[in-house]
Amino acid sequence: MMATLRENKFLQLVLLIVVFLLMYTFIPATEGNWLWRLPPLLQQLPVVINNSVDYLMFDWWLIDVYDPEFEEYEEKPLMRQVTRSISDAVLFLIELIREIMLGGVKTIVAFSSWDWATANQWARFPGLPWTVVTGGVILLGYALSGIGLALFVGFAFTYIAIFGQWEPSMQTLSFVLVAAPIAILIGLLLGVWSYRSKTVENVLNPLLNIAQIMPHFSYLIPVMVFFGIGDHAGAIATIIFATPPMVRLTNLGLKKVPAEVGEAGLMSGCTNWQLMRRVLIPSARRDILLGVNQVIMQCLAMVVIASLIGAKGLGNDLLIALNRLRIGLALEIGVCIVLIAIVLDRLSLAWANKQTDYFADQSFKERHKHTIWFVGIAAAGIALAGVGQMIFKDGFNYLFLIPHNKGITTEPFWQAGVDWMWETFFYTLKGFNEWLIVDVLIPVKKAFLAMPVAATFTLAMGVGFIVGGIRSALIVGGYLLFIALTEWWDRALITSYLMTMAVLISGFIGIVVGTLCAQNATATRILLAWCDTFQTFPSFIYLIPVMMLFGVTDTSVLIAIVVYATIPAARYTVIGLRSVPEELHDAGSMSGVNRLQRLTSIELPLSFPHMALGINQTVVFALAMVIIGALIGTDDLGQLILGSLSDRQGVGNGLVLGFCVAFIGLAIDQILRTWANQRKAALGID
Amino acid sequence: MHQRFNHAGLSSNLVNYAFMSSTTSNTQDPTIRCDGVYKIFGDNADQILKSSGGAVDAEKFKEQGCIVGVNDASFEVYPGELLIIMGLSGSGKSTLLRCISRLTQATAGNIYIDGEDILSLNNKKLIELRRSKMGMVFQSFALLPHKTVLENIAFPLQVKGVSTKKSIERASEMIELVSLSGRENYFPRELSGGQQQRVGIARSLAIEPDIWFLDEPFSALDPLIRKEMQDEFLRLQGVLSKTILFVTHDFDEALRLADRIAIMKDGIIEQLDTPANIVLNPASEYVRKFTAEVPREKVLKIETVMEPLNSSDEISDLKISKDAIIETVAESVLSSDKPLSVINESGEIVGSVRASKVISLLFGGASQATAEQSVGQGEAGQTL
Repeated sequence: MMATLRENKFLQLVLLIVVFLLMYTFIPATEGNWLWRLPPLLQQLPVVINNSVDYLMFDWWLIDVYDPEFEEYEEKPLMRQVTRSISDAVLFLIELIREIMLGGVKTIVAFSSWDWATANQWARFPGLPWTVVTGGVILLGYALSGIGLALFVGFAFTYIAIFGQWEPSMQTLSFVLVAAPIAILIGLLLGVWSYRSKTVENVLNPLLNIAQIMPHFSYLIPVMVFFGIGDHAGAIATIIFATPPMVRLTNLGLKKVPAEVGEAGLMSGCTNWQLMRRVLIPSARRDILLGVNQVIMQCLAMVVIASLIGAKGLGNDLLIALNRLRIGLALEIGVCIVLIAIVLDRLSLAWANKQTDYFADQSFKERHKHTIWFVGIAAAGIALAGVGQMIFKDGFNYLFLIPHNKGITTEPFWQAGVDWMWETFFYTLKGFNEWLIVDVLIPVKKAFLAMPVAATFTLAMGVGFIVGGIRSALIVGGYLLFIALTEWWDRALITSYLMTMAVLISGFIGIVVGTLCAQNATATRILLAWCDTFQTFPSFIYLIPVMMLFGVTDTSVLIAIVVYATIPAARYTVIGLRSVPEELHDAGSMSGVNRLQRLTSIELPLSFPHMALGINQTVVFALAMVIIGALIGTDDLGQLILGSLSDRQGVGNGLVLGFCVAFIGLAIDQILRTWANQRKAALGID
Repeated sequence: MHQRFNHAGLSSNLVNYAFMSSTTSNTQDPTIRCDGVYKIFGDNADQILKSSGGAVDAEKFKEQGCIVGVNDASFEVYPGELLIIMGLSGSGKSTLLRCISRLTQATAGNIYIDGEDILSLNNKKLIELRRSKMGMVFQSFALLPHKTVLENIAFPLQVKGVSTKKSIERASEMIELVSLSGRENYFPRELSGGQQQRVGIARSLAIEPDIWFLDEPFSALDPLIRKEMQDEFLRLQGVLSKTILFVTHDFDEALRLADRIAIMKDGIIEQLDTPANIVLNPASEYVRKFTAEVPREKVLKIETVMEPLNSSDEISDLKISKDAIIETVAESVLSSDKPLSVINESGEIVGSVRASKVISLLFGGASQATAEQSVGQGEAGQTL
């Protein structure tokens, strides 16, 4: 009996579920019962964090700093000086780009003084007319990829301009254009360092794992404390959030360079620096540029969230529009964010795929044709703006900048659409909404909350043990223990409930759709293209349409999560199924399988590991979205994190809450990844 | 056609052998000298090697978590000599090559290049050595994907700090040398495998190295292209006369190109000798297995079937070199009704060869016949 149990994982699972249900039923929900809820031993952790941060910021290592205003030395804490100079530098860069796009005087002031700038009004830079910027990106699109991309970016920027979103869009762009290069540079350096040193890699890896699964909000709070509020804080939070994938992909790309290429570099007599700069990094170009692309996407995903700590631009406007329930306006702004995201995504990908062409003998005109074109465009644009100055006498020069509220707006149309939908489908939607909430969501939520802590541990660690042995069980247990010892176990259960519901639905839809699409090459291509496009949407965008339909409810959050989290499930399923080698298909055909048999006996078993990784990603996406859902009202960990944003002592709470969310994700990651790797090893696929 | 093609390749071989015979006399200082070289992979390889007191048993090391890559390799390579390191995958041949080029650090032993102990060189000196004396060709070509043919070839010159103009000039010469003119601005991905390896060869020769390392340079190529590249290689070597370490797993390739062959198994050099001696006197059962299928006439020189000059014999006016491979001259010998005269490097007649000898070699009884003949040959080579 024992022997069979040791061999048969399915029996183990059945036994585990039985034990779980027994514990669930018989452990009483009473205060002070440790099997029911663990005591919040880590309650003081946030306080400790707060105190340490305070000490670091205000008391640690005082240095003398010269204050030019009072013309004397003052004692100031080092940390504060450091963070302040970083803030200033970042802010300066943002303002610089912003003023090139929109005009302004702060950059000049940085080099002179306010007095000088006021006295010399002529020195004020007026900003580039929108026509010049648009022409510039069209040219860039054409140079990188060709007429198709040029047309698309032209359309996107024109849309932004004539819908009166130019100003906030350029504010957003200026902050992305600062955050992204810094994140790329830091990521590249860390990636190279972790490639060269095993120790660094071992230290960085767990940090990267946590960083990639920590909710966006959690970054905001420490950044706010250390760097204050404003565009620079938003940019710094974005940099921290966007760097990990760059580190990962740089490291991966360098590792993928064939050993012989490195050896060829060495035998050519390269020094270490020459080897890295001239051989390894260029050879890993594609992966590194994919990292660049990832960074840009992450930056745009942060646009809305960074506005919570004072980043100006589209994100801020979107947040305000949503808070006022002006869905139509929110939709318009959302489209702008998506357009910028897609434009930057396509431009950076085009750059990644473009191979440097090398022609030894190009004329000066050939080599500089794009520069010449740009100068032409700039001249034409400025001339047009001059003409505009004469035509439009009412103070708005539409050929220079279409002001915020003077563009075309479709808001009334969308608002009417929302109203119409509400009127038409009110009862249907309401019925569905109520049914979902009353008959499904609330019972499930109650069931989660009624789960004794001992039962949860048994289930999670048991699954961990069945999949990955004692090691996995302990890791999973460790993650859960941290959460259980904070005072937010119940909130974490609510987060888990929303996540579980969403992952079940997304996983089901994703796998079914993925499997169906994988049967056909065209369908596969279309699905992957859809996934690519939807993945470029910042997660926040998904909330807009669902709020149009379901208002501020759990249903909205759930549907937004499902839509967002289905992407990876579908993508990995398709990729898994399509990566089954052609030879195996042939072997199956020659063994006389029919289509269904081929699917069930060859394709699905071989792509299970891929699917498991897809579900893993689904979990990550769902968690991220659950937390963002806090913005439209949930009562889980996310809401608390959002709350701690406006709390003076919020750092500790925010961080600990962030870890709770990350640990939920990491526990599931541990189980799914271990299983997928085992299956892959057993099947002999990479 | 085929016959002539073969001749073209072998005429340079002839030059080599002529040159060889002066080098095997060991009067010159060796270019490369390996002295008890070990390479053991594993975290604590140093300690285990020390504690084992010199005797390395691969099995025992494996139990301790170490893999033996090279086990006590000692040999010398003389200027202008082409030494082929032959072995199956995992035999340690590439590891040995990498120890000598110091792409991996040997665990123990000494390696001298032109009398200089390279294991003790610091990084700067090592880079200098590679920039001035070494060139290497790789199995997977290892071209830089982001550089054109011209840039790839100029790369070693550029990292060395040669001016752009000069390095482009030199690279263009190399492109001509490997017959790739007109493809200067192609990227590696636009070339066929054979062309890519030509670029690899040109790159490795750009700095005019004395020592040329080739790590299975033709293994990734189709058989026909491989043959063509081997011919090309022999042509180049005929012109350049580098000191060459050439790694291959292809015994036919080794026989075709080598001055001497080192056969490796499990990190140990089983035998190091001339192709003829390896075929005639395999040092171990393992080597014998390789040589069993080898057609004698492709390896053996006329020397081995030559008879001492006997004044009563009537000898044909046709002269053949004593270093000619039998296969290449078999037709002339067999079609002549008189024995042919055999000459040495300086053109003196040193013996004769008759058709019956060649026939018995080609069609049976060969092994005994040649075994007798080769007794005197064994001494020249070095048997391990």
